[in-house]
Amino acid sequence: MKKLSLSVIGMYLVMAHAFSQTNTTDSTGYKPKKLKLDEINLVTSYYDQTADKSAVMGGRTDYKGNADVTDFANGIDVTFIGWDKKQRKNTLSVGLGIDYHTAASQAYVDSNGTSRNNGTRIYPTLNWSRENDKKGTSFGFGTYYSAENNYYYSLGLNAYVSKKNKNNGEFSLKVVSFFDQIKMIYPTEFIPVTKETPVDSALQLHYITTASGRSELVNSSGQTVGKSKGPVVPSKPRNTLTATLSFSQVLSQRMQGSVELDMVYQNGYLGLPFHRVFYNTGKDTIENLPSQRFKLPIGFRLNYFLGDNIIIRSYYRFYADSWGLMSNTFNLEVPVKITPFFSISPFYRFYMQTAARYFAPYAVHTEEEQYFTSNYALAAFNSNLFGAGLRLAPPRGIFTNSLRILELRYSHYTQTTDLNANIISLNLTFK
Amino acid sequence: MLKYGLLLFTVLSMASCAHVKEYQKSRINDSEMSLSSRHVEKNELNAESYREGSSGANGGKTGGGCGCN
Repeated sequence: MKKLSLSVIGMYLVMAHAFSQTNTTDSTGYKPKKLKLDEINLVTSYYDQTADKSAVMGGRTDYKGNADVTDFANGIDVTFIGWDKKQRKNTLSVGLGIDYHTAASQAYVDSNGTSRNNGTRIYPTLNWSRENDKKGTSFGFGTYYSAENNYYYSLGLNAYVSKKNKNNGEFSLKVVSFFDQIKMIYPTEFIPVTKETPVDSALQLHYITTASGRSELVNSSGQTVGKSKGPVVPSKPRNTLTATLSFSQVLSQRMQGSVELDMVYQNGYLGLPFHRVFYNTGKDTIENLPSQRFKLPIGFRLNYFLGDNIIIRSYYRFYADSWGLMSNTFNLEVPVKITPFFSISPFYRFYMQTAARYFAPYAVHTEEEQYFTSNYALAAFNSNLFGAGLRLAPPRGIFTNSLRILELRYSHYTQTTDLNANIISLNLTFK
Repeated sequence: MLKYGLLLFTVLSMASCAHVKEYQKSRINDSEMSLSSRHVEKNELNAESYREGSSGANGGKTGGGCGCN
């Protein structure tokens, strides 16, 4: 991964150098411009969730199934723009995100509830694109990396091309791939002891080497009393390949719409090793899901400018996948312009899904089944999300000339699985 | 439902009725008319994709990362 990180930094430096060309003048007086800082976006969010039926405890509804979560997410995106000799616009975006979360369910990876219940995630991004306004074409590519402490890493690559037509339409094709490695952190009761090394016969302390490769200091009753030394946990791959076709069209002076079709293929280890399932016999095991999944979501947007101050933003998505899960999403947002530079946007989202065929609640699965999960993200439920956003974008900036846009958004989310969440987000755009 | 979606996609793809000139796009070019999700929605979309069984076709993620909490 260090090599990959260095490669990403190397790519950035090569690109920054490649587009740092000197100014020349052609016969029309056009002057190319070096890549120059155009915009900085800061997004920060706080998410607070209360829930039970955690996937780690197989959908239990008692205190052990606590699925409360908090997440503090922060991201920065820096965009550089330049124009080359052929009057093509080049855009380079560099981003970095850092999240810190607490999750009550994570503590129960250890059956006694003593595992670490928090963690961080770091995810840098790098994207480059070139836009030819004369031809109406653009293309670009980028990379993404995400690391979650002791659990997971993900490497993403993407590329896209788009073409505008003479009738205010634009067609684009995007390909995105993610190559993930999942560390095989098992619930403690599923880590078999393979070796014991006594270290203190008087206290009966000894090291055990687990099937996952961790060394732990345990006492005579098998309880862990010391931190593992140098864990070497094996991992399994998960790959995701997405092809996105989209088309957008200006339909009138006040209306435009778009259609977006994703074709998503996943293979590899698609469950998580620390998600328990309890059989109807009371015995527990680890969730087991097929090693392939094909997803087909299609989304439609239609925006309409009503009068001089009201905009209607609508969205609908139909989703189906090879695990038998289907869903419908309806979203409506109505920004109202109080002034040309200040708007308030109430919104509502309704979502309904059917269960994946491998889902069953706590203590319902039988030992004869091949695939099973009690993760409620794959259960049948409806959800509602509502809230409002504020957007402030005065032409002379807010407080200072460089802070151009301030967006604040609050939303409340409820699921019929008894999950409730609040999220508040702030976006600041500097020019 | 998918059939109707694909039909609409085809109709929109073939649309040639929109002869809106650049100077007539003051409302279309308004930032609130953007056909994509907002920057400020980014983490909200992530949370939805983690808590629900479906994802994609909304500018958010279609895979990658854990979201296992």
